[in-house]
Amino acid sequence: MALSQADVLAGIKEIVEEVAGIPAASIELDKNFTDDLEVDSLSMVEVVVACEERFGVKIPDEKVTELATVGDAVNFIVSAAS
Amino acid sequence: MSQRRVVVTGLGATTPLGGDVATTWKALLAGQSGVRLLTEDWRELLPVHFAARVATEPADQMERVEMRRLDRSEQFALVASREAWKDAGSPDGIDKERLGVVIASGIGGVITLLDQFVNLNEKGARGVSPHTVPMLMPNGPAANVGLEFQAKAGVHTPVSACASGAEAIGYAFEMIKSNRADIIVAGGVEAAIHQLPMAGFAAMKALSTRNENPAAASRPYDLNRDGFVLGEGGGILILEEYESAKARGAKIYCEIGGQGLTSDGYHIAAPDPEGSGVQRAIKFALENSGLSTKDIVHLNAHATSTPAGDVAEANALRKALGADADHVAVSATKSMTGHLLGGAGAIESVFIVKALEERLAPPTINIENLDPAVTVDVVRDTPRPLPAGDIAALNDSFGFGGHNVVLAFKSL
Repeated sequence: MALSQADVLAGIKEIVEEVAGIPAASIELDKNFTDDLEVDSLSMVEVVVACEERFGVKIPDEKVTELATVGDAVNFIVSAAS
Repeated sequence: MSQRRVVVTGLGATTPLGGDVATTWKALLAGQSGVRLLTEDWRELLPVHFAARVATEPADQMERVEMRRLDRSEQFALVASREAWKDAGSPDGIDKERLGVVIASGIGGVITLLDQFVNLNEKGARGVSPHTVPMLMPNGPAANVGLEFQAKAGVHTPVSACASGAEAIGYAFEMIKSNRADIIVAGGVEAAIHQLPMAGFAAMKALSTRNENPAAASRPYDLNRDGFVLGEGGGILILEEYESAKARGAKIYCEIGGQGLTSDGYHIAAPDPEGSGVQRAIKFALENSGLSTKDIVHLNAHATSTPAGDVAEANALRKALGADADHVAVSATKSMTGHLLGGAGAIESVFIVKALEERLAPPTINIENLDPAVTVDVVRDTPRPLPAGDIAALNDSFGFGGHNVVLAFKSL
């Protein structure tokens, strides 16, 4: 199923708010998970698992380290789903 | 270096009687019970349908995002430590390399362990939270409090079942005495109200099964006691080196004079009926703190409401204190709070500090017929005034495994 970038961004905003307590409104494509959103390595695992469940994609562990920003994650998920 | 002295400068607690020290202490003096019927369906699996849950849920005292990374025992530790730190005047300017944390729990993050096992079975390995290990490790409460205050002198977790909380305070006392630290956040917590630990205690016949009247179930020293009531929560004390506390103008509650530690070498769970380990622990605590039996006016007993344990302890107290037991007001506060396991020795130390401060020994409730085998002076139903002048009090705590810990507190 194809996913739009807007749909994935909206989903990630909800997930990051749930996991890290960062208000969804302040989460943008250029935000860095670690530096801007207080998502540490343990919480990043939660974000990844929640994204996999929500978007029906598989995010391999070796890919996770490449997802520095919200935009990286959105792009990966959109392409993985298409 | 002159002899270093250890004083108490802050208190915090979350208990079945209240979400803080003031509320808990007020309910304790009023003789209220914190024991209630459980509302969970799983209670029907068990012969025991009640427990003593905390009066205030951590959700009312901390942020959701913080809570979800913490086991319930860690939540209790942070809630009580924040209160104690504030009560000590929030000494944030101190040298962090001289700040330590010693917080115990008897079982650790057992609820997390069991919940995540369910996740594993239902969702597979990917469904297990990455926070599982930091949440279930028994040193988790101490570690999280250490992070909160950036403690760098050492963060420790002694484990000795139901003596753990008292042992933590004793360990903290030694850290200050031996000049490893000047200030310690010390205490104990427990969060084990769950069907598995309860089934385990029930299988040992250790729990009361008075389902028809839970508030009357915890009845230390009563002839018809039938076991303890599981409680949850925790207590925290800020211990501080006396000269440092004075130098920063801290409010000083009292002094911790010393501790006595022994082991029974008798049985994994049953108390030694001779109580020789308890007697020796009392003797050592008095010697360690330069006190004699004449100085002791109050004792917060371990007294969990089990048939064997209460009498074994009372006999040991009578033997250790001799005729001086006649002027010792003995309080069994588990009659109101239930038994907090690794948190017990800590909340009971908080109660002793309050008792010395307000010169009031809290009551013991639910004694309808005092067991004639109990030959100590039990404070029943209403608080009892303690004398003016220099006074001292003891806190007894014992744990499965034959651990005996006695802490001595002195007025200042």
